[in-house]
Amino acid sequence: MLQNFDMSLVDWSRGQFALTALYHWLFVPLTLGLSFIVAIMETIYVKTGDEAWKKITKFWMTIFGINFAIGVATGIILEFEFGTNWSKYSWFVGDIFGAPLAIEGILAFFMESTFIAVMFFGWEKVSKKFHLAASWLTAIGSNLSALWILIANAWMQNPVGMHFNPDTARNEMLDFGAVALSPTAINKFLHTVTEAYVLAALVVLGISAWYLLKGRDVLFAKRSIVVGSVFGLIGILMTIYTGDGSAQQVFKTQPVKFAAMENLYEGQAQAPLIAFGITAKEVEGEPGHHPFAFKIPLPGMLSFLATHDFNAYVPGLKDLIYGNPEHGILSFQEKADRGAVAQEALRQLKEARDNDPEKYKELRAKFDDPSWLKEYFAYFGYGYYKGEDPALLIPNISMTFYSFHLMVILGFWFLLVFVLALIWGVKDKLAGKRWFLWLMVWTAPLAYLATELGWITAEVGRQPWIIQDLMPNMAAVSNISATTVQVTFWLFTLTFTILAIAELKIMFKQIKLGPKDGGQ
Amino acid sequence: MHLLKKVFFFYYDGFRQMTLGRKLWLIILIKLFFMFVILKIFFFPDLMKKNFSNDRERSDYMIEELTQIK
Repeated sequence: MLQNFDMSLVDWSRGQFALTALYHWLFVPLTLGLSFIVAIMETIYVKTGDEAWKKITKFWMTIFGINFAIGVATGIILEFEFGTNWSKYSWFVGDIFGAPLAIEGILAFFMESTFIAVMFFGWEKVSKKFHLAASWLTAIGSNLSALWILIANAWMQNPVGMHFNPDTARNEMLDFGAVALSPTAINKFLHTVTEAYVLAALVVLGISAWYLLKGRDVLFAKRSIVVGSVFGLIGILMTIYTGDGSAQQVFKTQPVKFAAMENLYEGQAQAPLIAFGITAKEVEGEPGHHPFAFKIPLPGMLSFLATHDFNAYVPGLKDLIYGNPEHGILSFQEKADRGAVAQEALRQLKEARDNDPEKYKELRAKFDDPSWLKEYFAYFGYGYYKGEDPALLIPNISMTFYSFHLMVILGFWFLLVFVLALIWGVKDKLAGKRWFLWLMVWTAPLAYLATELGWITAEVGRQPWIIQDLMPNMAAVSNISATTVQVTFWLFTLTFTILAIAELKIMFKQIKLGPKDGGQ
Repeated sequence: MHLLKKVFFFYYDGFRQMTLGRKLWLIILIKLFFMFVILKIFFFPDLMKKNFSNDRERSDYMIEELTQIK
């Protein structure tokens, strides 16, 4: 089966998508979070009438504007890639992806674009309250844009609310509510936007701390730190809470990813959470088995994270590969057999469509039968792996494990930074703590690292699936040459690097100019 | 008409008075040109649209591709 696929093409296509998505995500979270911080600062200005707050608002609005301008439309490249590199995937998902993205384009993008003009051009031209409303609506519009994209991504992780049409080989949306409001989508959206708020708050803290270190724009910096730390503190608490919800969803719908995140090979009750661990080399003949060279386990905590029950059984990679009848877990081979049955039914249905109406009717009925769909079609993608090495179904354990753990460690570090910044900021003791100001400066880039690690955990951990259990990457790529993908890969690397440098250069220049007149 | 005129001048004055914004708009325009004129046309055709003339052909192709069972 696998010899039918060009794995070099799959790898380059994946690499290209990862590159563009990770670069795109360098710009997005600051827009999502800073838009709300600006709106909050402007609200304080409108409430108090204090011109210093207007200056603060205008400076952060300028930083928001730079980031928005450099980052805008970088996500469009991802849609180009769907049409060219992932055309089979694009066809297969049908209108599931189209509907949320269309709503994003029509509703959120126009909302964002209209009100952003009022934000930047409207000072002194529209009333204070109208301007404030525009700032809030820009923030809401930006976040709504993220909502639709994340719903689409959540559907790939947990495909629900659709029906596969075997005549067209496309999925059709049956229940928009099920797609948009699936627990996976809700948790993904909330977890992603709240960590974007954390990132924006840490950028505000980092830049403000730099001003304090330089002994300039002190009032501006202190006020910004108080707003940033309150916003960031709320953000990180929500991130931790929604992270818990996300973990439970991953446990239910993507157990292999869950096991990979914790490098759990042998399933167990009262499973420990690894607070810190170093993985060793894979054991020969045991795919996915990377024993720990060193670990600090927290007994029962992984079971609790998965189900809120310290005694719950958490399946390990071994159970998920070889099956565990005691816990009702099918083996990889059993799933592959069932997937192959579904694929064969689809192949026969196409043959019968024009030649054998009776057989066609019989096969078509299977694709409308919920129990058959659950028993066979639910494992459609596994059919490609029939008779193959089960290692192909295991994600990169080390990358998933370390990305997840580093992200979590950084999350708790951010919590500590926000708490200390708030306490010392309110007590006006920050200026004397230069070591902490430097820590705030260096924590800002760590926020970018943490958010990218979150995406790496989510996306690497679900490999090899582009649509969980239904479509592996290799079945989703277009039949194009790997060389073409390599050319655009390097083209994107160059383009995005230029954009990132432009962003940093313009932003640093603006930061050095400072909030003298509230930015340009 | 009066409202349209007001909206027009709102944007017109806004763009005229930009300082840093001009540089940012230039970056946006270069980026959009690069994406839609160069990348989209020369590197990123919609393959399903380009290679097939109707949905029936696309479906048949997809089913064949999805069921490459040895």
